[in-house]
Amino acid sequence: MTTRGNVEVQLPLLLSRLARTGSSVHLAVSPPVTQRRVLDALEEAYPALGGTTRDRDSGRRRAYLRLFACGEDWSDRSPDEELPEAVASGREPYLIIGAMSGG
Amino acid sequence: MAGVRVLVGTRKGAFILTSDEGRRSWEIEGPHFAGWEVYHMTGSPADPDRLWASQVSDWFGQVIQRSDDGGKTWDAVGNAFAYRGEVGTHQWYDGSQKPWEFKRVWHLEPSLDDPHTIWAGVEDAALFKSTDGGDNWTELPGLRHHGTGPNWMPGAGGMCLHTIMLDPHRPERLTIAISAAGCFRSEDGGATWTPANKGLVSKMLPDPEAEVGHCVHKIDFHPDHPQTLFMQKHWDVMRSDDAGATWRRISGNLPSDFGFPIAVHAHEPETVYVIPLKSDSERFPVDAKLRVFRTTRGGDDWEPLTRGLPQEHAYVSVMRDAMAVDRLDDCGIYFGTTGGQVYVSPDGGDHWQAIAEHLPTVLSVEVQTL
Repeated sequence: MTTRGNVEVQLPLLLSRLARTGSSVHLAVSPPVTQRRVLDALEEAYPALGGTTRDRDSGRRRAYLRLFACGEDWSDRSPDEELPEAVASGREPYLIIGAMSGG
Repeated sequence: MAGVRVLVGTRKGAFILTSDEGRRSWEIEGPHFAGWEVYHMTGSPADPDRLWASQVSDWFGQVIQRSDDGGKTWDAVGNAFAYRGEVGTHQWYDGSQKPWEFKRVWHLEPSLDDPHTIWAGVEDAALFKSTDGGDNWTELPGLRHHGTGPNWMPGAGGMCLHTIMLDPHRPERLTIAISAAGCFRSEDGGATWTPANKGLVSKMLPDPEAEVGHCVHKIDFHPDHPQTLFMQKHWDVMRSDDAGATWRRISGNLPSDFGFPIAVHAHEPETVYVIPLKSDSERFPVDAKLRVFRTTRGGDDWEPLTRGLPQEHAYVSVMRDAMAVDRLDDCGIYFGTTGGQVYVSPDGGDHWQAIAEHLPTVLSVEVQTL
């Protein structure tokens, strides 16, 4: 199911396949648009992604994922900090990126 | 027409290999879940078209997949594995205590008669159960809480619960194994547990005959003889004739008794297979010859099986869940290697052929006899 919304989230390949969607999804996220609310909306729209970006128990970002907004690394910022207006309005995507490592 | 479906989990996806009962010509389908580790894939004995797979990633965590059409299509089901009650601590490599933390599902064991019920063995070691096909998982915390948990510690691969055995004649009996804690048995469906390691000797332990701490690699049994268990320990091949209450060594004339998988013939309860590796420091076949060893006498007396297997320059190994048997009249034996080969012997081990040769590292092999 794809929900057209105000926030665009770009997914790494393996998560887009798991969710059976494209590399980019649009989510309806009401203000304040924070990382927590975006990821909550992502998991609600695509239940298969539950627990894949954040540890289910601790809620922490998975160690090998990085999160970007407007060219800045938001990975270690508070999940409750408001994202830039450009992301909240859909002019810029929120990026979930898998760290480059492995064999 | 009878046939077999071989479920292969690898470091980079899952593959399904099918053949008729001749087991000479094979079709390979996959990869499913490409790019993910598939620690285990298995099918329900009560409904062979119902399959589950443990799909894992260091990046994205744990996913459980379920198929209801024999692996043609899959759906992600529940992946919430929450420890119940006090989380507690176990021993860490440096001797300190470390809180239990869920990492992955190593092994899935479906109920023998209910297609909705399945157990999961996880790292850090714990046993979970689902009665709704995998949508929801509940821990059986009596295992971690029975008293010896603080003395368990991870093996090099992690503190994994990798073996779950269901007694077909006594549904309330569960036997599980953990690396590196040992074997444990429940007589009440998993509510309470006792260690079942008497007779195991592990020289690397401060007390070699300790109640727990043994690095059990795999246990198998014949369903008609559930009292008799065969164990591949880190070192030592062991046997119990009292459902794990006591064990004795049956390594006999094996060239090495270090290894990971162990499997029992489908129709001959005293015929057992192991794949020895040179040592725990040099984890490849003895003399670089890939040999399966078979006993037809329940241990001690082992013969090498080599026809069709590489007998020089073989440096692959075989993971603990990567050997299985089918239940056709002429029992087939299967194993997968870290080099991506899957071998079958359609005649109980006398002759072998590679049915896949270039897969990613094989983590698990299960066989469904259809």
